[in-house]
Amino acid sequence: MKTDTLQRRLVALTFLLPLLWILGFMLLPYSIILVFSFWQQEYPSFVPDFQIGNYVKLFVEPQFVTVILSSAFTATMVSVAALILAFPFAYYLVFKVKSARVRMAIYIAVIAPLWVSYLLRAYTWKTILGSEGILNSALVWSGLLDGPTDVFLYNRFAMVLTMTYIFIPFMVMPIYTALEKIPRNLIEASADLGVRPLATFARVIWPLAIPGVLAGATFTFCLSLGDFIAPILVGGANGMMIANLITSQFGTALNWPLGSALSMFLLFIVLIIIELSNRAAPADRIALG
Amino acid sequence: MIEISNVTRVFSGSVLALDNVSLTIAAGEFVTLLGPSGCGKTTLLRLLAGFDAPTKGSILLAGADVTNVPPYDRDVNMVFQDYALFPHLSVGRNVAFGLERLKWPKARVAVAVREALDMVELSDKIDRMPHELSGGQRQRVALARALVRGPKVLLLDEPLSALDAGLREAMQVELKRLHQKLGITFVMVTHDQTEALAMSDRIVLMRNGRVEQVGSPDDLYNAPASAYVASFIGTTNLFDGTVAESSPTALVVDTAAGRLHCSARVDIERGAAVRIGVRPEHLRLAEQAGDASRNTLSCRIEDALFHGSLTRYRCATGPEARPEQLYWDWQKSAHPDGTNRPAKGSTVQLHAPPADMFVFVQGAAA
Repeated sequence: MKTDTLQRRLVALTFLLPLLWILGFMLLPYSIILVFSFWQQEYPSFVPDFQIGNYVKLFVEPQFVTVILSSAFTATMVSVAALILAFPFAYYLVFKVKSARVRMAIYIAVIAPLWVSYLLRAYTWKTILGSEGILNSALVWSGLLDGPTDVFLYNRFAMVLTMTYIFIPFMVMPIYTALEKIPRNLIEASADLGVRPLATFARVIWPLAIPGVLAGATFTFCLSLGDFIAPILVGGANGMMIANLITSQFGTALNWPLGSALSMFLLFIVLIIIELSNRAAPADRIALG
Repeated sequence: MIEISNVTRVFSGSVLALDNVSLTIAAGEFVTLLGPSGCGKTTLLRLLAGFDAPTKGSILLAGADVTNVPPYDRDVNMVFQDYALFPHLSVGRNVAFGLERLKWPKARVAVAVREALDMVELSDKIDRMPHELSGGQRQRVALARALVRGPKVLLLDEPLSALDAGLREAMQVELKRLHQKLGITFVMVTHDQTEALAMSDRIVLMRNGRVEQVGSPDDLYNAPASAYVASFIGTTNLFDGTVAESSPTALVVDTAAGRLHCSARVDIERGAAVRIGVRPEHLRLAEQAGDASRNTLSCRIEDALFHGSLTRYRCATGPEARPEQLYWDWQKSAHPDGTNRPAKGSTVQLHAPPADMFVFVQGAAA
């Protein structure tokens, strides 16, 4: 009897801690931000209120609309670039690399940068693309350029490049997993039924890889949409993204209600995308076996 | 239809999966590649399908050399062990999958798919997804998908191994019926000897990458070429012995189980090391046998395995100190009234008829 109660209490305690964590550090802050988003700014402070003026502002003030659209565009570019690079890479790893050990080694090499500081990885590109950077030095040395140029840094290209580099593991991982799960005999069955390799790719491999592609695209899009370090480091004057806007509202602009509304809007967009990607790839339709 | 000549397949430089295999399969035959795992039977089937190419040797299909022809250009289709149905396509689209390249009009494809599914009695499942089907139904979809293209040869890779016992027997009958109806060549791989015996026109028994014996089920069962074949197909009691006497009229062998008289063989000399095989069902009670003066073994019954129509007894025979194990089948049909059914622990006199014994020369075929 006694050990029974003790065990039950232990189990309850085990679940209590993560529950408290989620309540205290996720749900509570979200709620506070949600409440803030309806407040009213009265410079230099803000007062409790319940009005949607902050949200309306996001859609009517050109400054905000521009940043939101530009962020979405950048995030889309990053997703597309990452997909174009990651898919052939994962395909090559899964189907062409014969040795399991080599495959694992390359896979880990792709994942390993995730353990390196994000800031450091973003900063790396500043030193590569900058006017004193490696790229410029190489171009000048080879004679292609007379002197260093600054066209590589502080623009959307630099941002997309940096974020693609940083987030590509999140595209590789789900695609690799999806491709690896495809039974080899499906590819053999397709060939056996007279279908050539290219058509087999289109009719068997690609449809079965879609869940992985969607998951990867969701990760990269959402992560780059909410990124704020790459814009600061390599984005330049016009590289501002939603997250930078949020930072400035909570900082220099001192408009917490508007910053909160922006945060909620970003969260909402991300949730919508996750839901859409879940719906686009119903698990049971792809169930193997 | 199929001519396999001196085919050798070496994996990763050193593993010899097929060792100089030659085999001819006639059009319309039902041939089974039988053997334990690792004997090369699946490798051979994959060479026929074109998923793999031989290291040496050639494969002819309907007179044309297909040794290095990719699978998508071969007139063969395969039923995979775990069916390999496309999980993202419905039953109907799975069956139609291989028809796309033929560029048939839509209506013709629809008719062909319908007919193929009718053949396996699954037309009502045409819009289902593979995961909604039972194992047996998936098996039949795989069969319809392979047959709809009208191949010259159907390859079957352990097609029944994933089914439960009852379903397996029904599918054996079903496959034989389809084979007779379609008249095309079937090449099946299995490790199950009862399946091979029940279904095949000819069995190719393989071992360590070589063909051990090719023949009808009857040949392999009643005239095994080696002790290995005798023990792989059915059950055979094997005794090592030395030839004590060999003449045009008699062959006498001394074994651990006692002195045995076999049918005369002119090719075996006195003193040769041989292995004697006798099947459990060929042993009978000495009191019922006609001439029981020879080849009568005194057997102590150790265990009984009841199989319904027969009871298989595990007996010990030979010298008390080092007894030899021996299986004996007591057939119910031979004793309709249930008499003479020995009890465990009792001793019976069993007669081994000389004509039913196999004699294998040791060393020649181990």
